[in-house]
Amino acid sequence: MSNGLALLSIFVLSVFIGFEVVSKVSTTLHTPLMSGANAIHGIILIGAITVADRAVNNVQLSLAIVAVVLATINMVGGFVVTDRMLEMFKGKPRKASQTGGEK
Amino acid sequence: MNRNLYDLLGLCIAVSFILALKGLASPKSARRGNLIGAAGATAATVLVFFAPQEISQSGTATASGHHHTLLILLAILFGVVVGVPAARKIQMTQMPQLVALFNGVGGGAAALVSIVEYLKLGSAASTPDVVATVFTVIVGCVSFAGSVVTFLKLQEIMTTRPVVFAGGRFLIAGTLIGVLASAAWVIHSMGNTSLLVMGLLSLLFGVLFVLPVGGADVPIVISLLNAFTGLTVAASGYVLQATLLIVAGTLVGASGTILTRLMATAMGRSLFSTLFGAFTAKPQAAAAAGEARPVKSGSPDDVAILLNYAQRVVIVPGFGLAVAQAQHTVREMADLLTSKGIDVAYGIHPVAGRMPGHMNVLLAEANVPYEQLVEMDEINPTFPQTDVVLVVGANDVVNPAARTTPGCPIFGMPILDVSQAGNVIFLKRSMRPGFAGIENELLYDPKTTLLFGDAKDSLTKVVSALKNL
Repeated sequence: MSNGLALLSIFVLSVFIGFEVVSKVSTTLHTPLMSGANAIHGIILIGAITVADRAVNNVQLSLAIVAVVLATINMVGGFVVTDRMLEMFKGKPRKASQTGGEK
Repeated sequence: MNRNLYDLLGLCIAVSFILALKGLASPKSARRGNLIGAAGATAATVLVFFAPQEISQSGTATASGHHHTLLILLAILFGVVVGVPAARKIQMTQMPQLVALFNGVGGGAAALVSIVEYLKLGSAASTPDVVATVFTVIVGCVSFAGSVVTFLKLQEIMTTRPVVFAGGRFLIAGTLIGVLASAAWVIHSMGNTSLLVMGLLSLLFGVLFVLPVGGADVPIVISLLNAFTGLTVAASGYVLQATLLIVAGTLVGASGTILTRLMATAMGRSLFSTLFGAFTAKPQAAAAAGEARPVKSGSPDDVAILLNYAQRVVIVPGFGLAVAQAQHTVREMADLLTSKGIDVAYGIHPVAGRMPGHMNVLLAEANVPYEQLVEMDEINPTFPQTDVVLVVGANDVVNPAARTTPGCPIFGMPILDVSQAGNVIFLKRSMRPGFAGIENELLYDPKTTLLFGDAKDSLTKVVSALKNL
């Protein structure tokens, strides 16, 4: 079970990093931070791709494909909407730079 | 691809997520942080197609010959086509519900991933795998169903008030027991029926869990569900033995939990009372009052005169400002007043609007100088020296009931103490109470003037009246 133990260590250390990283944030940034974190858990997409790829029958495949679609919406939409929120903080020079979304 | 190289790249991506969160926590680097996260996520998505072939740990005959690559790519494309326009076109006012929805689909995806893996492993699954699957499915379903309900509430498709019905708390407790019992059943039997039952009960629990949460507390719940989804992703990472999922999911789970607490603190309430307040509080006999009582309503000219002869004006923006898209007009008015030598500031309640920081985003869009945005704790002591407070489409955040009426849904929430000022002007669409559904006594105060109408129309009229003075 040493593999499981390694994963557990990673989990515990990640908890502490997560706590540490956002320990003090001004209220102004609560919403974008929540939205950005929301986009990051869209990384479940790679899990969805993995299980879709390994699917051995149609039930598994269709469920996995639905998961891929949902996860993509979460990830891509999440980053785009966060960028839009943050764009508005850039008050002064009115940079009309077309936000080069990802993907 | 070589296993070591693959893992090494995975590590880089995990680091990019840490940097992303760290960047998002400070105003200067926030946007860059988000882009770093997006780049990391994109890289991870590309990378996973080059994952080294391995015999899956259970030893199931791996038919992993990348048969479905095309289908997967189409699914991703479809997701992009749905997600990007939604994120691009959404109005600033509707952003909270979009975030809730994105969070919900993420939770749903994590639950599905675990279900598929569980179906595949079948009886070969080890107990820790099954336990992790059970966790993912329960929390993922709760997050999905809960997020959909918050979406419906924020979109005002259903009532925004706490929904409490007789025996509600017994129903919730019963459902929770049902979820736990079915979880035990799944772990014991490893069957598919039990998994289905557990999933359905979890969805029901997610709905029941969010229904009693009302009004201004909804954003806190979104944040909590966001943390839940993070943990779900981490657990599915355990099932799939994917380190990156564990790291990213846990980061979101941990930071989301902290963020939820920060938000709750900003509103002056405990997480517990946010979630269960509606059950413990006696439903106040609020309907008894609120019949047609006299209010003083004024014309745009009256408002302009009040403002014109003031020394100091504080503008309190709320959701009505966002709905009317009046942020540019309000800035025009503020500039006009400043040019007349009047001291103008904006009093920003941390949860004005539908999300913490909503007003800052909105006013920043209209290029309001950052120095004029004053946070609640700093502006409150200045109200006695303020001649006129202009409340633009806000209600609950200035409602004295939060101080005076124990048991009302917002009791204990810190408010902007505008009643200390010389005059209070409310720009409102109607006498309808705010999001939390509570009558505001301040509206009937003798020093309050009401100007009814759409915030943008009203402000435009006030601006032209000011110019004519």
